[in-house]
Amino acid sequence: MFVPSQKSPPDLKGFTLIMPVVAVGNVGQLAVDLIISTFNMDRVGHIHTDCLIPMAGSNPYSTGKEDADGVHTAAEVYISREMKLAVLQIRSPVIQKRTKKFRQVLVSWMKASGFSRTIVLSSSQAYQRDDRQLQGSPLRYLVTPSMLKLSEGALKELGWLEMEKVQAFPGLMDGNAEPRLYIPGGGITKGLYTDSCAEDLPLAVLLLFCSEGDNIPDAFTIINHLNSWLHLQDHPCEDPNKWKIPPSWTLMFGSSIPPAIF
Amino acid sequence: MATFFGEVLSVFSRAVEDEEDDEEEEEEEDRDILRALEDKRQVRVRWSSPLSPGGGDRLPRCPHLLLAVGPTASRFVSVYLLSRGHWDTVGQVCLWNERTVGSEEAACVLHRDKDNNVLVCLVDCFVAEDQLFQWTEQVMGCVDTTGLQVTVLSDCPAAEYRTAEPLGAAPVLRSLHTTSHKEAPCCPPVELPNLVTGLPAAVLSFCQLHHISAVLYQSYSDERCPDSSSMEVFRPAVSRLANALGLDLSPNVDLLRKFISQASVQSNLYI
Repeated sequence: MFVPSQKSPPDLKGFTLIMPVVAVGNVGQLAVDLIISTFNMDRVGHIHTDCLIPMAGSNPYSTGKEDADGVHTAAEVYISREMKLAVLQIRSPVIQKRTKKFRQVLVSWMKASGFSRTIVLSSSQAYQRDDRQLQGSPLRYLVTPSMLKLSEGALKELGWLEMEKVQAFPGLMDGNAEPRLYIPGGGITKGLYTDSCAEDLPLAVLLLFCSEGDNIPDAFTIINHLNSWLHLQDHPCEDPNKWKIPPSWTLMFGSSIPPAIF
Repeated sequence: MATFFGEVLSVFSRAVEDEEDDEEEEEEEDRDILRALEDKRQVRVRWSSPLSPGGGDRLPRCPHLLLAVGPTASRFVSVYLLSRGHWDTVGQVCLWNERTVGSEEAACVLHRDKDNNVLVCLVDCFVAEDQLFQWTEQVMGCVDTTGLQVTVLSDCPAAEYRTAEPLGAAPVLRSLHTTSHKEAPCCPPVELPNLVTGLPAAVLSFCQLHHISAVLYQSYSDERCPDSSSMEVFRPAVSRLANALGLDLSPNVDLLRKFISQASVQSNLYI
């Protein structure tokens, strides 16, 4: 459930929600970090749930002592009132047997808050692409029917590729098998998308084919792709420094090499 | 995972377990087994005696809660605090998971001083990821949180602490506190990008959300087993609390010697 930081919960009706899914390369989460850091968004609450592995830390976007604002938790909500933008950051994995419950928590909160639209940033395993997906852009999108009504024109103009449906058992000739949506490495992406279709929520998924490794370039790829639609920033491709990297990204692959080993 | 520098790091899978498509197709027998297993994994708080005369479900008000998580922190509290003065065992938090040794449940024992000023809980067993939330809700649900001050002591391998400069050989202490905690901690904060996980994280998150004053003191040490220097690092963290409550913080030397000799016998393969 949503627990506000202040006594009264913020009014998020009509806001656009951007949220990540914990997926391969953590690309969605890194991209959301860039949004929160760049626009200096305010934390307004937490999602308090037993579905996520607990974690705690200091302010990941802190630039100095004055920014220290207690403990930051596994799922937090940030907003920018000027941009009418809400962002949910998820910082730890979903406990495996509680994925369905977590999707229900998210969908209930999305409905209760009255967001005008939700955009989910996700990723999928690059090594499981089929022949068509190996060529061209590694970016894909999915929209629920109610989101399609809102954004059909914009998506046509952008010329984005919709996520292809694939055969369940490629190569096995089975005329009865319907192609299905398959997002390997996408965590709860598919489930959240199908739940949102069932609940008639306006939701879009932006996903990137990638592999585990240094996924910072992937985060920039997906955030620039999102920006070409939402125009959160003007012309960031001309100036990549416009996306502000948060201090929490330092030492991402471990400590420096200890001099004592030489 | 291969990094930019070419070395291969073994990392915990970054949560890319995909959802099962066939959740609804489980056999009834499987569902019964899973339900029984789920029930066995429930965290339960068992009290030594009824909590209050009226049979309520909350402990009488105790202004301080001290949690010691991990072998070094629990032994520190046993040797430096619980071995002196008068302490009652008021209950235990029982749980079972796949890492519990034997078929009996592991227990985290709850102690209270005779003046009802501080409740101490020693957690020296493994609490699984899916039990952390429930453990916290069960224990904090039994405590009156009005004006409560929570102190959590925890230990962690120094290799997990990410820093530009090496930490050095001696154990170090780092802190993290909730917004409601106004006193200055006795050591530097946990620096970015380091995080806190496990039971300390669950308790701190609960306290942050419920506006409870809480501070975590986490020690980072290279020692495989608790010894006097790795335990001594916690002393500044509880000295203020001990002084305020008139508790003696000098170590029980016999108990300390017993813990250290147990550890040294286990660590020597060749005797």
